Amino acid sequence: MTTVLETTGHATPEPAAEVGAIPSFDVTLRIRRFLPDTPEAEAYWEEFTVTAHGTDRVLDAMHKVKWEVDGSLTFRRSCAHGICGSDAMRINGRNRLACKTLLKDLDIKKPITIEPIKGLPVIKDLVVDMEPFFASYREIMPFLITNGNEPTRERRQSAEQRERYDDTTKCILCAACTSSCPVFWTDGQYFGPAAIVNAHRFIFDSRDEGAAQRLEILNDREGVWRCRTVFNCTEACPRGIEVTKAIQEVKRAMITRAF
Amino acid sequence: MQTHQYDVVIVGAGGAGMRAALESSTRARTAVISKLYPTRSHTGAAQGGMCAALANVEDDNWEWHTFDTVKGGDYLVDQDAAEVMAKEAIDAVLDLEKMGLPFNRTPDGLIDQRRFGGHTRNHGEAAVRRSCYAADRTGHMILQTLYQQCVKQDVEFFNEFYVLDVLLTDDLSTGDVPDGQPVRVSGVVAYDLASGEIHVFRAKSVVFATGGAGKIYKTTSNAHTLTGDGMALALRRGIPLEDMEFFQFHPTGLAGLGILLSEAARGEGAILRNSEGERFMERYAPTIKDLAPRDIVARSMANEVREGRGAGPNKDYVLLDLTHLEPAHIDAKLPDITEFARTYLGIEPYTEPVPVYPTAHYAMGGIPTTIDAEVLRNNTDVIGGLFAAGEVACVSVHGSNRLGTNSLLDINVFGKRAGISAAAYAATADWVDLPQEPAAAVVGEIERMRDAAAGERVSDLRRALQESMDANAQVFRTAESLTAALTDIRTLQKRYRSVGVQDKGKQFNTDLLEALELGFLLDLAEVVVVGALAREESRGGHFREDFPDRDDAAFMKHTMAYRRPSAAEPGETEIRLDHKPVTVTRYQPMERKY
Repeated sequence: MTTVLETTGHATPEPAAEVGAIPSFDVTLRIRRFLPDTPEAEAYWEEFTVTAHGTDRVLDAMHKVKWEVDGSLTFRRSCAHGICGSDAMRINGRNRLACKTLLKDLDIKKPITIEPIKGLPVIKDLVVDMEPFFASYREIMPFLITNGNEPTRERRQSAEQRERYDDTTKCILCAACTSSCPVFWTDGQYFGPAAIVNAHRFIFDSRDEGAAQRLEILNDREGVWRCRTVFNCTEACPRGIEVTKAIQEVKRAMITRAF
Repeated sequence: MQTHQYDVVIVGAGGAGMRAALESSTRARTAVISKLYPTRSHTGAAQGGMCAALANVEDDNWEWHTFDTVKGGDYLVDQDAAEVMAKEAIDAVLDLEKMGLPFNRTPDGLIDQRRFGGHTRNHGEAAVRRSCYAADRTGHMILQTLYQQCVKQDVEFFNEFYVLDVLLTDDLSTGDVPDGQPVRVSGVVAYDLASGEIHVFRAKSVVFATGGAGKIYKTTSNAHTLTGDGMALALRRGIPLEDMEFFQFHPTGLAGLGILLSEAARGEGAILRNSEGERFMERYAPTIKDLAPRDIVARSMANEVREGRGAGPNKDYVLLDLTHLEPAHIDAKLPDITEFARTYLGIEPYTEPVPVYPTAHYAMGGIPTTIDAEVLRNNTDVIGGLFAAGEVACVSVHGSNRLGTNSLLDINVFGKRAGISAAAYAATADWVDLPQEPAAAVVGEIERMRDAAAGERVSDLRRALQESMDANAQVFRTAESLTAALTDIRTLQKRYRSVGVQDKGKQFNTDLLEALELGFLLDLAEVVVVGALAREESRGGHFREDFPDRDDAAFMKHTMAYRRPSAAEPGETEIRLDHKPVTVTRYQPMERKY
């Protein structure tokens, strides 16, 4: 099905060459669909063409489809500016957040393909089951572990010590990295990059005393050694975290026991 | 239908809900029900910091913080509550640090602090460094840290469950329950998004921590999911809403998009300029200039645009200038917001000023509570076992205008109090029976909507509501504009009755949920506008051009809005307004100058 829409949302037409007007253009979305309620449901492709504007994100175009053409199109989203981590999807073959990918930065002469992230069971359209992802996260003990009495005031930490793990505190648990990893696609047991990133965040925090336990967990056959250093995760991270580097640092800490 | 039983049920897994869960789950059998995965909650979008008078970098104390909060709220703050918040702020920050929150540090290794709007030294002398922060992702770090602690404590979550009703022992919606009569909560009804099944949760205590309602406006910093669910459910069950006419417009939303750029930018030295390059805040707030409270800055910006000094081709925004700051300083302190400017507007903040305009940001009003987070059903009676905390609640610590950073503080201080109160109540209270057929109302509404033939489109009604609210109930308001908004809302409420959804499926039916959320938005917009029409004065975030002055004699009081059966039209409802006195302890109202 292909539907062409006028989506300016105003009763009066906009002046064509208004000064400073944002240019509009048509884009076609080619979306991988799966509707579980239909008998013997199978995944299929469906195309929608909508009119978009210069500052629109992929998410805006998807909302236009959902709100004005087909209400059954289903995806998760919340903050719409790259902070909540709800809308990771595979856009033109790359994992990205739909709310952080501007249409004008894609080749809009061709249909934009949108698929669910890989390696997690598809529930409906672009919605996948996130439970296996969060289960791996929970396994690496993602919380500060300390011994002894709590101090009265704050624990001291120098600016340099704080900087040491800054990069991995940015993680929003969107699963873009983990679901871009070929090892994860073929071996669902692998902890995956996001869990390792969150282990890194604590292993290199000077206040934490649980590094040895976390390294033990990640020394498992499904742990860090499964990483083949293909850098998909670093490329996929919408927060710019150097994921592969963090995994390498965890590997090195395991050998040297220096953290 | 499934039925569960817990001592404490917490609705919402943002900062307030998870802070409550950390307290309650160690004391009582607790479940957290959330429409999102906890880490998706909008607490994570907060940027600039959380104020507490730690005095780590300069002289400060909680009394100054209390005063700033009261003055910032234009004296509509309940001063006993503000004092609790400012005092407990210090432990709230230290608690988070001990949980592992990666605060930025001073050279001595202490928690670093920076300036923020309206926070001053010695009752307004000059801006003070009070905001504790983690770069410009403080909310993200709070949300992550609280979730990490919930994982550690093995808190039980029901994720992607939508609470659609709160069950009480008495029907408050008719207005017939006499004052003083005990009323208790017995549970909530929820919809499991994944399966489409209804779940009834029986509970001795229920904590509402469902956040805000920014989606009543078109231009907003709020997430798509911030549809005021908790406030609307309370309203429909006859619980009043307090001070809903006060909505905060954050000065620096990315122009045209509404995406938040933290006040921390100005805290770190950024300057607002008009099309002439003038630092216009010098005219409006000579002492603290760009760091005046948000209501004043937002109004000043809107005024610059109105008087023709807006920037850009359509002269419809002003400029946030960071170009005099060192790029390394920007990268260290403001990495996320500068990235937003690059990603969404293609602006390089090192060298170009960023187009900004006020964006709907925060509901000062909400479900009225005591300082122990107990929900009030009138000016004095609490509902046994029902609690609220965070943006959904009105304690009132923000009065008519919230100071920056005080919301991250609010969720931590009053979230903690709500969790403790809820567990304490559950420890001594008996179980009360659920009503007969507790889910009947919810099931009826869902089936009606899902089975309706093609009707009104949700997105059409929502867009019409949001455009009317932006046009008529934003920074500047008049009787005329508000009346226009009310007429629009009433028309849309009638059209909403014939709304239909296209997705007829049971599993993951977000089409259906958007329709239900629209119902919440329409109900809340009505309360906002009715309250704004009646408040014929200007105070904090509520500015009436036809009544430009604050009128303490007539309006130094909280609005209490009740939804009751309409006297004129049988079968319909109307909003009836009453008032609640403001608690004044130390500070008599003064003229608000900065």
